[in-house]
Amino acid sequence: MTDSSALGIIFSNMHDDYLGELTSHRTMASIPFGGRYRLVDFALSNMVNSGISNVGVITKSNYQSLMDHLGSGREWDLARKRGGLVLLPPYASADSSGVYRGRLDALANVIGYIQRTRAKYVVISDCDVVANIDLKKIIRSHERSGAQITLLYSQQNVTEDMRRDITLLEMDTDSRVREVLINPFATGVRNVYMDIAVIEKDLLEKIILDGRSRNQLSFRKDVLVAQKDKIIIKAYEFDKYIVRINSIASYYEASMQLLNPEVRSELFPPDRPVKTKVRDEVPVKYGLAASVSNSLLADGCIIEGEVENSILFRGVKVGRGAKVKNSIVMQGSIVGDSAGLDYVIADRDVTIRDTRRLMGYVSYPLFITKGSVV
Amino acid sequence: MRKKEWIAMLLAGGQGSRLYTLTRNLAKPAVPYGGKYRIIDFPLSNCVNSGIDTVGVLTQYQPLVLNEYIGTGQPWDLDRQEGGVFVLPPYQKSSGSDWYKGTANAIYQNTPFIERYDPEYVLILSGDHVYKMDYSRMLSYHKERGADCTIAVLEVPMEEASRFGIMNCEPDGKVYEFEEKPKQPKSNLASMGIYIFSWKKLREYMEEDAKDPNSANDFGKNIIPNMLSAGEKMYAYSFDGYWKDVGTIDSLWEANMDLLNPYVPLSLYDPSWKIYSRNPVMPPHYVGKDASVQNSMITEGCIIHGCVDFSVLFAGVTIEEGAEVRDSIVMPGSVIRKGAVVEYSIVAEDAVIGEGAVVGSRPEETSDKSKWGIAVVGNGVTVGAGAVVPPKSMVECDIPEKEVFSI
Repeated sequence: MTDSSALGIIFSNMHDDYLGELTSHRTMASIPFGGRYRLVDFALSNMVNSGISNVGVITKSNYQSLMDHLGSGREWDLARKRGGLVLLPPYASADSSGVYRGRLDALANVIGYIQRTRAKYVVISDCDVVANIDLKKIIRSHERSGAQITLLYSQQNVTEDMRRDITLLEMDTDSRVREVLINPFATGVRNVYMDIAVIEKDLLEKIILDGRSRNQLSFRKDVLVAQKDKIIIKAYEFDKYIVRINSIASYYEASMQLLNPEVRSELFPPDRPVKTKVRDEVPVKYGLAASVSNSLLADGCIIEGEVENSILFRGVKVGRGAKVKNSIVMQGSIVGDSAGLDYVIADRDVTIRDTRRLMGYVSYPLFITKGSVV
Repeated sequence: MRKKEWIAMLLAGGQGSRLYTLTRNLAKPAVPYGGKYRIIDFPLSNCVNSGIDTVGVLTQYQPLVLNEYIGTGQPWDLDRQEGGVFVLPPYQKSSGSDWYKGTANAIYQNTPFIERYDPEYVLILSGDHVYKMDYSRMLSYHKERGADCTIAVLEVPMEEASRFGIMNCEPDGKVYEFEEKPKQPKSNLASMGIYIFSWKKLREYMEEDAKDPNSANDFGKNIIPNMLSAGEKMYAYSFDGYWKDVGTIDSLWEANMDLLNPYVPLSLYDPSWKIYSRNPVMPPHYVGKDASVQNSMITEGCIIHGCVDFSVLFAGVTIEEGAEVRDSIVMPGSVIRKGAVVEYSIVAEDAVIGEGAVVGSRPEETSDKSKWGIAVVGNGVTVGAGAVVPPKSMVECDIPEKEVFSI
């Protein structure tokens, strides 16, 4: 088989509730990340770099920014006549309101799209994971292991604050999943399901139709937990850099990890580039008094002040004498002359007026909402 | 095909021989400029921003890079249903097949292309200059005066006027004389090589010119003088913005440095007049803990651990610990290794400057000023560790470790 016979399905709105103001006007998928990306870029690029050229993106609410970002899918080489990128907004009909209440429910809304697409496998993925994953390897492992569903997991140290949104797997020696625990009371090193799965398309269709007739909504509860003994579910370990974003604190932490060269080289290998929307920005301009250290800067920035341990998105301006430390400043924001930021996440188009100083803390970065003027 | 009011023809066949190694494998319009652009991005973006949706790009010399770069024209929004951007190399015909012999001949050979759009006006551009210009204003000027040909002119310092094609005009802008590189210039209005012709007139003169076996088939040498002597209505359109010919190593270097000079009126940040380019797919650039970057332009994919001062770095350049890059241009993918010093230099694409190597030097460090100039390291060249590339050198082959390059 060739990889073109896999269909990608991306859930853009899962986990929205945990990101607070970051998702108040955008989907999980369109959260800006790493200076020039949005979270969906990782899921989408992983699929494209693995030869998947049919991708459906399921949306639910506040998906305008996502549509603007994805456009026709050209930047991911997904503006195709055959296949390509398809946005799947809520689809209200006689037997459903359109607004889904779980992944299985969402898939039932798009069953027509899945049935129409020619593919042997379906790769389903959420948008909360930052990683560069070769999905071909998982599909190959899926084929070899004789599994009907293969779940991607990573061994991670589970802490208390992760518990509200986590799925843990327990396997036998043959990697067959024997236990699926949703938001359990557990700590220590565990097998954490990364919400990326490979499944036979025929089986998925059957599961969706079965689920619909039983009014089942949840892929995790009604399929993984309930049917793990009936269906052969295997687990595939991803042992490279992978991080889940499920809170503002974890967003901040994952962002700061990008300053580590090893993380960057695992996330952005030249042969598997993470693609994103192009904005035709000018290269970053450094002024005479600029002083920058340990920071990532996207094009379009103009730097006249100091920047340290920070991530600057496209088109950020840092004025003379300003100090930006340990902060994330999103697209189009302006830090005025002699202003100071420390442990701050400034959303898009924020203006920090001259001489204003703001400070958060490493475990509680101060968040400034989109478009605010300080 | 629907009729178009105007289309643009962009002359991109120039070899740019005075850029030496930089244009060995690519045409001059494809030379990288300003961190993420190529020179041709300027006329192409100007076209789109001026409302032109059909551009023919005439290529002849080393078109491979240019072809690939232009592609479908999508980065400039020139992938259109009707029109768009077309690369037009010379092609074989049932009779009279030939290379493009001169600028006018290149356009003449593409008469069938132009006729497909049946335009009223044709804008002729060259792909060698860096400038931002609204051609639609020039077209309005052309129409208002009922001109047959309008030539964009720039005021140059009188003492330099003898290097240019000079337009001598009446106060209302009507051209009465054209002098190519005059010894005693009468005016300082230099032709920028940007023309708007009423297409029917141009076709007439090109057909006539083609019959003349002694003609150089050149706009400046033949078409313009012939039209003038026949008394056609020709006007000069004054342009007063930034304009730079990047035809030599020095001017290419200067044009890049101009971007770092706040007093030079070339802003790339104007959202209403964006300069579009084919963007690299790379992460934001990273500046390390001990790095120092000042007064420079740096773009995506770069990794900076050393010192960068008054320089322009293109996509994916790496500057290792302790390396120093000053007053220089480093083109895409090049690596400056630990402790190397690069000053007043142009490092072309994918070159490697070895550990502790020294490339170029500051003018004040060279006593014999005639020996000083911008050093150039060519495409893919490796300068060995500890090697020395003196100023004004042009390096085209790898230099072994610790060797001092000499011509």
